[in-house]
Amino acid sequence: MSLFAASAAVASSAAAYGYDTIRPVARLRFCGLRREALRLHSPRSTLQLVAARRSVVAAATAGNGAAASGGFDYDIVIIGAGVGGHGAALHAVEKGLKTAIIEGDIVGGTCVNRGCVPSKALLAVSGRMRELQDEHHMKSLGLQVSSPGYDRQAVADHANNLASKIRSNLTNSMKALGVDILTGIGTIVGKQKVRYGKVGFAENEITARNIIIATGSVPFVPKGIEIDGKTVFTSDHALKLESVPEWIAIVGSGYIGLEFSDVYTALGSEVTFVEALDQLMPGFDPEIAKLAQRILINPRKIDYHTGVFASKITPAKDGKPVLIELIDAKTKEHKETLEVDAALIATGRAPFTKGLGLENINVVTQRGFVPVDERMQVMDATGNVVPNLYCIGDANGKLMLAHAASAQGISVVEQISGRDNILNHLSIPAACFTHPEISMVGLTEPQAREKADKEGFEISVVKTSFKANTKALAENEGDGLAKMIYRPDTGEILGVHILGLHAADLIHEASNAIALGTHVQDIKFAVHAHPTLSEVLDELFKAAKVNTGVSHSINEPVAV
Amino acid sequence: MAGLLHLHLQLQSTLLPSASALRRRAGAPAPSSSRRRCRVEAKIREIFMPALSSTMTEGKIVSWTAAEGDRLAKGDPVVVVESDKADMDVETFHDGFLAAVLVPAGESAPVGSAIALLAESEEEIPVAQSQAASFSSSSPSPPPPQETAAEEASLTPPPPPPPAPVAVSAPAPPSPATRGGGRVVASPYAKKLAKDLGVDLFSVTGSGPGGRIVAKDVEAAAAPKKAAPVTAARPDVPLGSTVPFTTMQGAVSKNMVESLAVPTFRVGYTITTDALDQLYKKIKSKGVTMSALLAKATAMALVQHPVVNSSCRDGKSFTYSSSINIAVAVAIDGGLITPVLQDADKLDIYSLSRKWKDLVDKARAKQLQPHEYNSGTFTLSNLGMFGVDRFDAILPPGTGSIMAVGASEPTIVGTKDGRIGIKNQMQVNVTADHRIIYGADLAAFLQTLAKIIEDPKDLTF
Repeated sequence: MSLFAASAAVASSAAAYGYDTIRPVARLRFCGLRREALRLHSPRSTLQLVAARRSVVAAATAGNGAAASGGFDYDIVIIGAGVGGHGAALHAVEKGLKTAIIEGDIVGGTCVNRGCVPSKALLAVSGRMRELQDEHHMKSLGLQVSSPGYDRQAVADHANNLASKIRSNLTNSMKALGVDILTGIGTIVGKQKVRYGKVGFAENEITARNIIIATGSVPFVPKGIEIDGKTVFTSDHALKLESVPEWIAIVGSGYIGLEFSDVYTALGSEVTFVEALDQLMPGFDPEIAKLAQRILINPRKIDYHTGVFASKITPAKDGKPVLIELIDAKTKEHKETLEVDAALIATGRAPFTKGLGLENINVVTQRGFVPVDERMQVMDATGNVVPNLYCIGDANGKLMLAHAASAQGISVVEQISGRDNILNHLSIPAACFTHPEISMVGLTEPQAREKADKEGFEISVVKTSFKANTKALAENEGDGLAKMIYRPDTGEILGVHILGLHAADLIHEASNAIALGTHVQDIKFAVHAHPTLSEVLDELFKAAKVNTGVSHSINEPVAV
Repeated sequence: MAGLLHLHLQLQSTLLPSASALRRRAGAPAPSSSRRRCRVEAKIREIFMPALSSTMTEGKIVSWTAAEGDRLAKGDPVVVVESDKADMDVETFHDGFLAAVLVPAGESAPVGSAIALLAESEEEIPVAQSQAASFSSSSPSPPPPQETAAEEASLTPPPPPPPAPVAVSAPAPPSPATRGGGRVVASPYAKKLAKDLGVDLFSVTGSGPGGRIVAKDVEAAAAPKKAAPVTAARPDVPLGSTVPFTTMQGAVSKNMVESLAVPTFRVGYTITTDALDQLYKKIKSKGVTMSALLAKATAMALVQHPVVNSSCRDGKSFTYSSSINIAVAVAIDGGLITPVLQDADKLDIYSLSRKWKDLVDKARAKQLQPHEYNSGTFTLSNLGMFGVDRFDAILPPGTGSIMAVGASEPTIVGTKDGRIGIKNQMQVNVTADHRIIYGADLAAFLQTLAKIIEDPKDLTF
């Protein structure tokens, strides 16, 4: 949310994976300095640009107290007070814009209440449980631990309490800065007009110069699956940890399913994955996925069925177990019926855009997602940009991660404040908090190869194992791999993938480098403290071989 | 699902061309099988235990990354081998199918020895597997419950099809946990264990919710009974006829008659086996068997009482043996044989168990060398698996003593503090040659043995 983050998020490159080509690296440096004055700055907001982070509160109160310019009730109204909305709101206040945020359910949205926050609490417990139960690991360190156990309710309480704490922190931070928190379901009733109100109560109508849609997503439940919240449930229910089943089937092996398998197996359950595609963890780099399978799946009480859909799931009743009918993903013929104690549906998330009133402004959703361009501006049914209307976060489907939502929010506020901003989605890292963790930024190896083939450049890959890292070995956690894909002709980093201890924290060196356009040949001189896990990345950078001086792609003829 | 799946599908489509590109780079897969059939010799390659350091002479296999039947491309990791620095992935240098694993996980093999067979095409897998049978004593094809098979020493021919109905030690007629249509419902861990222990899930009764097979059902099916080997599926006896002795039966008869010339006496002892049972439960997953544990305990007791390990060959002198070789009586089809665990006091329990497994397989296949069955200095005979509580054995010529072991039964005992408790108790009875071993010697030996068994922490050295 700081100024630095804002400039780091700025880049001229294209948005989501696989779309568009990446413009030349050189542009990355200059884009942040370009100022396209879309509207006149008030003297106050110019001051704020110069003000340091610490003085935000003073500047903000000054900013949000004044009336919005142009006769509107607010400069920005944000529909949805999740992570995306919150990030946008804080940044807007910093920029001196009068801001309101509408929340129809609970502040914090999915991340705080039903996502990141409680799941990390559960994963912290499961990580410790797994360590303490690993007799072999403890013995090798010289430790003896006698029968570790857990109290399910206490674990659930830890997650709940954490969610409450973060939720109140979020609310207070917005209140302190003077953001108006309006309660109710928000609907766009016309250009720059929003109506909101609690169900059954009178509605209020407000005008806003700019509207940001940040309504997020809900767990997607495919047809044929009957949810009862107790034996067949989604992540929303699972995070309450009302029970720990003996055998649970997890439908979907993406990062949500994977994290839950980590939690459940550490707490004593056995897990069966049901995956529609032919390999598990389809979103990860294939080499990482293979190693992840060896470390996270094979040695644990987990088995799996790939290439199948769960066509019908019936909850448990009258002593009968949960029945899951599996059909072949391609031929649709019945393959097997599983009988398990519980089923978790982790087949992705669907955007929550119903009731937004988009039809009032001629915007048509695509499979529920709000169509946007690379600046998060909403596009209407005719393909034109709808002015003063933006959509960020899960609702637009570009990159369904919490920090992507807030980065998009900041990008939009930057634009509203008069500075054009296009977020480089390839510099946004992602992490999976299993034990050991997995993280990535940029392209996977197959994606990089495809791009290289299409645009005519070579790529190189360097890899290093955590077994070579002193700190990892000291902890006896040498299982892991880090790999970097880069261009040997320019030194541009295309992607970094890490599987290992604290991978989620280590990735930021790489994501920063990609965001700032740092070349490998420059970053290899940066010093890393010893002995730390960050030396894993140091190894990668130092192992990369760049032919500096070759400034053209191999396809261009060389002047003789 | 929509958004993420959209991304996933995108990624998937990019994966496919690259995957085939990778395969192209890895080298052409196996050529068409039709050409192969014309050749007489099949292309079966051996995967060797690599030397991971200059000083390595033997490597231990941590785990097999690929399973039998998996297709491998050049460069794919096949097995993880423990070196002194780290666990190293060993890759295959050729494309093919992993046809047979010769050295299972947890075992060691000398550098350069074959640890697996790689067949070039799927058709050659059975050929490779039959080759594998001649490589080592362990049969590669899915056998009946590993442990019981090793203990049983029943004559099942190599490539065994459905598990042969094993006598006595098998539990009551197995009822499969299938559900209309021959489907097996087993939990993920149960399936893994079944694969590792070689248990056929169709023969296991499930005790979990809804009749599903859980891990402990698989363990129970694979576990050997407390008793050591013995029992065979005895062939039908032709009643009303006279059948001459076979060579083996003649040898046994001769030995038994010779033993009549030896003055013997017997001493019995009751040993509490609770601690031993607990130890066994803890380490049996590492391949340790009860017979190995008893042999080791006996050997350790003999170290302290060498006279019990001696023999009287000429009627007028003690022949003290320099090593402690425990012979264990095994009933095999058509007779009785005593494979010998040499230097049982010097080996650790895991090596002893491995050796025992090899010996039993060889005995089953009638491939024991003379020195492997006639070099015993002390014999163990166990009829506990039949429920026999005590018996006494006949002293084999050339040895000083033989110990007969009965079943371990929960027994009501009076404890030292005047209370009543239940302990598992086992009766052993030693028959010894009174020319060299006297009552006190034998009693002292049994006292030491009881102490070792009742406090077995040293057994795992």
